[in-house]
Amino acid sequence: MSRLKAEGIKIKIETPLTDEVIEQLKTGDLVLINGYVYTARDAAHKRLVELINNNTPLPFDLKGQIIYYVGPTPAPPGKAIGSAGPTTSSRMDSYTPLLLSLGLKGMIGKGQRGEEVVKAIKKYKAVYFLATGGAGALLSRHIVSAEEIAFPELGTESIKKLLLKDFPAIVAIDCHGGNIFRE
Amino acid sequence: MRKIKKEDIVNTVKKLYMDAVISLPEDVSKCLLETYKKEEGLAKEILNQLIENQKIALQDRVPLCQDTGIAVLFVEWGFEAIYEDGDLMEAFNEGIRLAVKEGYLRASVVDDPVFERKNTKDNTPCIIHFEPVMGDRVKITLAPKGAGSENMSALRMLKPAQGLKGVKDFVIETVKNAGGNPCPPIIVGVGIGGNFEKCAILAKKALLRKVGESNRNPAYAQLEKKLLEEINSLNIGPMGIGGKITALAVHIEYAPCHIASLPVAVNIQCHSARHKEAEI
Repeated sequence: MSRLKAEGIKIKIETPLTDEVIEQLKTGDLVLINGYVYTARDAAHKRLVELINNNTPLPFDLKGQIIYYVGPTPAPPGKAIGSAGPTTSSRMDSYTPLLLSLGLKGMIGKGQRGEEVVKAIKKYKAVYFLATGGAGALLSRHIVSAEEIAFPELGTESIKKLLLKDFPAIVAIDCHGGNIFRE
Repeated sequence: MRKIKKEDIVNTVKKLYMDAVISLPEDVSKCLLETYKKEEGLAKEILNQLIENQKIALQDRVPLCQDTGIAVLFVEWGFEAIYEDGDLMEAFNEGIRLAVKEGYLRASVVDDPVFERKNTKDNTPCIIHFEPVMGDRVKITLAPKGAGSENMSALRMLKPAQGLKGVKDFVIETVKNAGGNPCPPIIVGVGIGGNFEKCAILAKKALLRKVGESNRNPAYAQLEKKLLEEINSLNIGPMGIGGKITALAVHIEYAPCHIASLPVAVNIQCHSARHKEAEI
């Protein structure tokens, strides 16, 4: 038995995220994400935190934004991006509370998060979305454009600004303490 | 004696890698469809996406998963097959290199694990396990292995006194700890016996078996069945959100071992259980 029922209702949301929208999102909701999000995984997170610690401006303003934990395959000719599904989020756990404290509002990834992250999501009123791991071809169809904006030397791990259209995800951890991995 | 040419290896490896990342073996695909029918709610929604994903990957010629892995090759090499075109490993790696370039695969291999971690940019070197066989045939099985599931794998040297219970507990504990991280529904490869490295290779090899095919030894087949039941009662479910199916199969391979040892390796495979094989 799935712990939560899909109601068949998909909630459309737009980035940047506002507190008002975040408060309405509940664990188990199916959402379609629209607008810009930023990619970052292990190496880019390490760089972002180094910049913050050195008081250097970040390549993008975190306020209200969503980070998507993804390292896509190269775009074949005529496509915006290659396969682009989520990577394991817990590898980013040690960096996440700091980014949330600076205004980051959402994350898209796969797998459970650590206790510190769950607490920070509640404290800073944020949300963690689960996308389907291993559905990279399907998810790539919901990415309209991709622009590399920082750390090109990191290859697949560089920071890219993606424009999403009806990108399917599940609210996994909400700002009210709801956690799909525990219910 | 039969001569094996460099171009035969290069072209075969390239094709296997490019095909493997775009289409699942039929048995895996069928099993995911069965799982879709059994699940409900959000778990069903996830499986629906996985089934759609397979169609889109083929249509768009885009990899099923962005983690196109580190390529793991099992090569059965006949004693009567000879290679005279120089460095054999280089031939395999050239196939990998071309697949990454022409198939737009992700470069996911770093040259040194601790210090530089510099990306080799072409997924070389691949990991090859050679097995000498009779005759002059050369059979290559290529499995792109992603890190999401590989990272959740584990190996433990049990005491013989821990026996069957020890083995079962370790497998269940490994799957439980992995939770939603390795992209369930997973396939659980278990290698038992041999020694430290042998059980790890057996666990990996177990993943190449057709989904749901049992071990030929009835005692081990029974253990596979029991473990699968227990794993599917954990309610981890697709992507860890809860559901009936956490694992599609448990495959055990075993080997004789030392009187003082009971090595067990658990290699976890995500639902994107990609592998292809060909003979040269």
